[in-house]
Amino acid sequence: MMMHIDLSSVLRQTVSCELYSNLVTRPTGAAVRAQIEALLADARERSLTVIDFSHVGMIDFSCADEVVAKLLLQTTSSERGGREAYFLFRGVTDDHWDAIETVLERHRLALVLETDDGAARVVGTVGDGERVAWEKVYELGRTGPADLAHALGADESDALEVLNTLHRRRLVMRTDEGYIAVGGIGIQHD
Amino acid sequence: MTSVITVPPSLDDHTFEQVVEQLASVPPDAKVLIDARHTRWASPFGLTALLTLGQTREERAAFHAPDTEDTASYWARTGFFKYAEELFDLHGSVPRARGGESSVLLEITPVVKSEDVHEVVGRIQQKAQQILAKELNIDAKATVGFAMTLSEVCQNIVEHAGRGGWVAVQTYTWRKRLGRRVVVIAVCDAGCGFRQSLESAPGRVRSDRWDDAEALEEAVVRGVSRFRDPGRGQGLAGVRRYVGRWDGKVSVRSGTARIAIVPSWDDDVPLLEKLAPFPGSQVQVTIPERVSGGPR
Repeated sequence: MMMHIDLSSVLRQTVSCELYSNLVTRPTGAAVRAQIEALLADARERSLTVIDFSHVGMIDFSCADEVVAKLLLQTTSSERGGREAYFLFRGVTDDHWDAIETVLERHRLALVLETDDGAARVVGTVGDGERVAWEKVYELGRTGPADLAHALGADESDALEVLNTLHRRRLVMRTDEGYIAVGGIGIQHD
Repeated sequence: MTSVITVPPSLDDHTFEQVVEQLASVPPDAKVLIDARHTRWASPFGLTALLTLGQTREERAAFHAPDTEDTASYWARTGFFKYAEELFDLHGSVPRARGGESSVLLEITPVVKSEDVHEVVGRIQQKAQQILAKELNIDAKATVGFAMTLSEVCQNIVEHAGRGGWVAVQTYTWRKRLGRRVVVIAVCDAGCGFRQSLESAPGRVRSDRWDDAEALEEAVVRGVSRFRDPGRGQGLAGVRRYVGRWDGKVSVRSGTARIAIVPSWDDDVPLLEKLAPFPGSQVQVTIPERVSGGPR
């Protein structure tokens, strides 16, 4: 299941004012996150949601903590039962990045950003090994530990471990057929 | 008997201390006259702090407006008298505000609730971009950080003060210390202040030295908040980072102490203790004009 959430629309519903385009203040962030969670409540056991910043003017630290960090913290928490929520962040510009980067660092989180050309990259607190593995999974498309180990020249057990870490951090999706990088769905692979 | 509190000729974050010192011996329910007749200039900090002073009085205070027409009309254009008349019995010539003031990015604006912060940030953005880039020679990209800074310092009122305060943003040439243009954000409230806010944290253990100065150090330097949530305390840390990036200055006064992150161009004291007590928190952020080749 794939969803698209336009944050500016959610913001306008939340603060009841058509004029506001900035994600500022902690109460606003908490309200926006609650709205996102309500939209996700009907999602099935695995969902990918595009969180779209394209029409958001700016976001401050407090709001980024509520909207981005807490959303990611909840989805990477082990207390969510069998449901797996993944997020791809779209339309993030320099005007948003300072606040988002700060909260990712604070909570040691990472996320997947869609870039202007439609590609994806992982940002935030990510170890070198995780980053290299994520980029390889993204490049390979659907992959398993053996393929990744071969591509990286690593042991299969190490490849499995890093895939599990990336999955736990919701940076790659685990399916019956293998692992897929968030943001890697729909791209062409050779 | 009415105590007369004399406002200095030039009112800023430093000279406001003279006002607070005069008030220290006056009980909150005593009648006072705030005498600004001889005041010629006031920074946004001075004006917003005067309004918070009005809030602190149990007995409605009297206020004498500046004698100089230019000063009084300038204060009117900043919106000062609009709010002062709600807090003080005004005396002297109080002009009506006519037209906007070009150096005022944001006239004095009350901050009480979260929506006020949205309003403030929305109003400042376009004008800030123009001023930062054209007058202060600062990259247009800095506008977003400026708006974030403004948002975070205003949120301190909403989240911690327990009562409303005021914000004002203005540009002027700071001849005395810098000889350059600056943009200044002033956010003042007469709420509970940093020490009391941190004391309200559940299970908080106070050190032997616990006072306003330590509370300010905890909040401003170490990013401690009364909330246990690890995501808290990022606002002021972000403000410090922004100010550091643009060679700016931030100072916070609360209770009997004042802390400042002091850039090389200023000779302010990083921490002042045992000041005359004043309720709430008063924050000032100063971003200087950028000279070619970086900070002077």
